[in-house]
Formats: sequence, structure tokens, C-alpha cells
Amino acid sequence: MVDAAMQGPVIGQPLLRLAGNGRVLIGGTVLGLLLLASIAAPWLAPFDPLDQDLAAQLQRPAWGGHLLGTDSLGRDVLSRLIYGSRIALEVAVLAAIPTAILGTALGLVAGYFGGLADAVISRLVDVWTSFPPVLLSIILVALIGTGLTSVIVAIIVIDWTRFCRVVRAETLKQRHMDYIDAAVVAGLQPLAILSREIWPNIAPLVLVLLTLEMGIAVIVEAILSFVGLSISTDAPSWGGMIAEGRQVVHQAPWIMSAPLLALLATVLALNLLGDGLKAELDPVLK
Amino acid sequence: MTRTLLSRLLQAVPTLAGVVVIVFVLVRVVPGNPIAMMLPPGASQADFDHLKALYGLDKSIPVQFLIWLRHAAIGDFGNSISMRSGVLGLVISRLPATLELAALAGAIAIVLGVLAAVAGARWRGRWPEAAIDAVTGFAQAVPDFIWALAAILVLGVLVPVLPISGRSDPSISLNYATQFQLIESVLRFDGHAFIDLMRHMILPALALALPFTAIITRVLKISLKEELTQDYVLLARVKGFGEWRVIVREALRNAAIPTATLTGVQLTFLIGGTVLIERIFSYPGIGNLAIDAVINRDLPMIQGLVLVFALMFIAINLMLDLVTVALNPRLSHG
Repeated sequence: MVDAAMQGPVIGQPLLRLAGNGRVLIGGTVLGLLLLASIAAPWLAPFDPLDQDLAAQLQRPAWGGHLLGTDSLGRDVLSRLIYGSRIALEVAVLAAIPTAILGTALGLVAGYFGGLADAVISRLVDVWTSFPPVLLSIILVALIGTGLTSVIVAIIVIDWTRFCRVVRAETLKQRHMDYIDAAVVAGLQPLAILSREIWPNIAPLVLVLLTLEMGIAVIVEAILSFVGLSISTDAPSWGGMIAEGRQVVHQAPWIMSAPLLALLATVLALNLLGDGLKAELDPVLK
Repeated sequence: MTRTLLSRLLQAVPTLAGVVVIVFVLVRVVPGNPIAMMLPPGASQADFDHLKALYGLDKSIPVQFLIWLRHAAIGDFGNSISMRSGVLGLVISRLPATLELAALAGAIAIVLGVLAAVAGARWRGRWPEAAIDAVTGFAQAVPDFIWALAAILVLGVLVPVLPISGRSDPSISLNYATQFQLIESVLRFDGHAFIDLMRHMILPALALALPFTAIITRVLKISLKEELTQDYVLLARVKGFGEWRVIVREALRNAAIPTATLTGVQLTFLIGGTVLIERIFSYPGIGNLAIDAVINRDLPMIQGLVLVFALMFIAINLMLDLVTVALNPRLSHG
């Protein structure tokens, strides 16, 4: 009983504090709405996102009918926009989390063990980051084939360096602190030191990077959908909608505007959230 | 100096060779058959084999590589599978468009970036600096993909002042000797063509330049503010020089060195960025060519373009070395 009473505020307080940060609040709210839209898509969307109506092509946005108009195949733009949030969130989560795990693991190894492991991993990071990421992702998807899975694989293969570089530097710093020496003297194995001693200290940093990486993943998917290398053009992805809207932008600018604004809002929300978390979690910045 | 450059050139050779070999092997071992895509439905196995042999794809990968290497040595990069024409000719006819676009974007980024950084350093700690920080922060948070499309919506459709597709207006026939149309229009004093080309280039160039501008501004402003605390700046102030002169004539040169090294890598990202920006603006450069090649699994074309991009990255890095030395005379005697 006493324990439970003690723990309540301990967990609750940081959350309350985070919510008090304006950037975290705004970013979190936008993301919450996005999550809601993707879960409730079947109830929120007024039409079937795949339903074509060739008699109702390129209709202007109108009250009562198609709120955001229709595209060149007569599909409802609002419904496609709502369902598109599912693809965006799917990529954000499925690409960013493995990217974080891979990059963090390699960064921890390089930073803690040093020597040959560090030399190999650091060199790999240097070579990796010397290529423009967008070009690299297009080439990679060209090699492994198009589709959402390929896009996710490409993001993981390209972006792990973002985590690796930062985690390595931070681990290197922690490695030389007294509490690590104490743990070594106490006879802890490296794996235990990494997971029990170092990880809690770098976890906030990884969380911030993860938030930013989600924004990058959403953009990369949109870019690859735009150039026709991601999910099939039938599926309601924001990038695919933008590509279609671009073709008819003079006749029907609303088709491109809606997914573009959704994309912008998502990326800015993730950026705000990342910045806010960084300010709250970084003891140096506080 | 010459020795440094030579050694840099030599270091680039294995990188280049590695990139070429890896791409050559990878595009051949992954699934997805380009020959099958060329044939009409209902083609016979004999047609398939014939076409495969025609493009040399029936031989083993090492043999294919040797053949490719022998031909490449004399400038023959094979024929594009989807465009049925020589790869080298296609790339050479499209490359100038990309180079002009990237150069314009680079120039815009450097001019705007330096101006913003100098202004920020001049009014440091006051509202202009805060405004510049806010704008650069926003410019960096929003990716160039979104900037480019927003520019199309706002300046191409909402307030239609600029064209949003292509390199020049179809009504203007440019009978130029080279594909460096912008440069040639200047040399020919062809004002009409120059304005048309610029009107087509300005939006893609701005979209490419924006993230680069933001980074130059940020890094240069920090180094400028650091330089302004140095003794030589104090000396200049004691001599009675005004704030502008101190920043532009004294601090800028020294602050430019770290900025060039720190932001130089972004120049390769700018070249990489042309791929997407050209696609968005239907601009006929090698970036657009590259995406078509990837979608059509056009092996000879992908291979040739990867080589061109790798060569461009190496050239940029060499250029950066030269600029760093030019900015810092102490290095040229090393």
C-alpha cells in the first residue's frame, strides 16, 4: 500500500511536467489526433478511400458532399487523407523503432568497447553518411524492390547512423565516469553494465532521436510514394496523393494541398515534440 | 598543396571502384527482370533469350563486368534498355541542366546564407538575430520536399507568377550549340531566353537552396560571433573601424574557414537533392533520368548514373579542399 502510494506521484509527476511544456503539449496533441484518425478511420471517413466514381472526377471541396473534393478518379480526398494517416503512422513506428534499436546497439558497442569494434563501426558510419540519404534510399529501394516493406528496410539500413553516432559519443563519455569504474570493480559483466548502468543514462537521448526519426521516416515514405517506389498508387498514401495531385495541380489544387498540409503538420509536431523532450530531459539544458 | 590534392585523387580511386563494383553486382543479383519488362505480353522464350544475349545478360557476372569495363574504358556505357539509346549520350545531354540548377542553388544558398549570418552577427542579441534564428530553424525543420511542393502551390497556382514544370517554355525554340542553356544565353546576350530559363529554374533552385542556406547561416553566425571576441577584432575596433567593417573585412574571412569545412558535405546533399527536386518540377536533368531508370530497372542507365554521381561527389570534395586552402593561406605552405 505504502509503496503504491509512493509510486503514484513519482511516475505521474514527470508526465505532468512534460505536459506543462508547450512544445510537448502541441506536438503530442497533433500526434494524438493523428493516432485517433488512423484508429477511427473506418468511422471517420465519409467514403470508401478506394471507391472510384468516374462521374465525379475533380470535384471542388463542398459542404454536404465531398468536404475536400475528389481526385482524378473521383475518389474522396478526405477519406484518403484519413486512411493515409495509417500508412504514415505505420512507417513512423515500424521504421523508426528498429532504426533506433540497431543504431543504439552499435553505438553502445562502439562507445563501450572501443578498439577494433569502434574503428570498424565508426568507419562504417563515415562511409554511410557521405552519401545523400534521399539518393541512397531511392537506389536501395530500386535494388530490393518497391513496396512499403522495402521502404521500411531502406530507412532502417540508411538511418541507423543517426543513433549510432550520438549514442557512441554519449557512451564514451559515460564510460569514463566513476560509477562505471565502480560497476567494473563490483564484478558486473559488460552486458549488465551496458543495460543496467549506461542505458538508463542515454535512454532520454535515444527517445528524443526516436521522435525526430519518426518525422524523417514519414517524409521518406512520402517521397518514395511520390516518385512511385513505395506502396501501390491505389493505396491512400499521402505521398501518392501528392504525386497524383501534382499532375492536375492547375485544375484541382486541393488534391495536393490536403496531404501536403497533413505531412507538414505531422513533421512539425514530431519536431516540436523532439525539441520539447530534449529541453525537458537534458539535465544540461535545464 | 599539389601533393595533398594528388593524394586525395588517389584516395578517391578505390572508393569509386568500390561503388561501381557493388552497384554492378547488386543490380544483377536482385530479383526483377528488365528483359521481361521490355517484351510485349506473349513473347516466346526464343525472343527472351535473344534479347538477353543482345544486352549481354546471359553471361556470368564477372564476365559481364569485364565486358562493361572494356567498353567503359573507351567511353561506351552501353545502351539504355528503356530509352533504346546510348547511355553516355543521354547522360551528357541531361547533365548540363542538373549542373546549372545545382550551381544556381549553391550560389543562392551561399549569398543568402552569408548575408543572413552577417546581419545576425551585426545585430547579435537583438531582435534581428532572433528573427533570423527563428526563420533558419523553421527552414531546417521543414524538408525540401515540402518546400518545393508548397512553392508550386503558392507561386505556381495560387498566385501564378512562375512556371512549375520543365526547363524552358515550349514556345521558345533554343537552337543552342550546348545544353548549358543558361550559360549560353548569357554568352549570346539572349535576354529573352535567359529570363525564361531563370523563371523556370528559380523555384527548384530555391527549394534546393533553402536547407543549405539555413545551415550556412547557423554555422557562419556562430563562428562570426566567436571571431568577434578575438584580439585582432579588438585591435580593429581600437583603430576606430565601424561594426560593419570589423565583421565584413576582418572576421568574415576567418569565420569562413570552419564554415566551409562544416557545411561542405551539404554540397553533396544538394547534388543528391536534385534527384527529387527535378522530379517534382519535371525538370529534364539527370535526377529525373535516374528515377525513370530505377522505375524501369534500366541496368546500363543506373550503372552509368551511379558512376556520374560518384564522380560528382569526388569532384565536390576536391573543390572543397581547394577552397579551404584558398581561404587559409597557412595551409598552402604545408
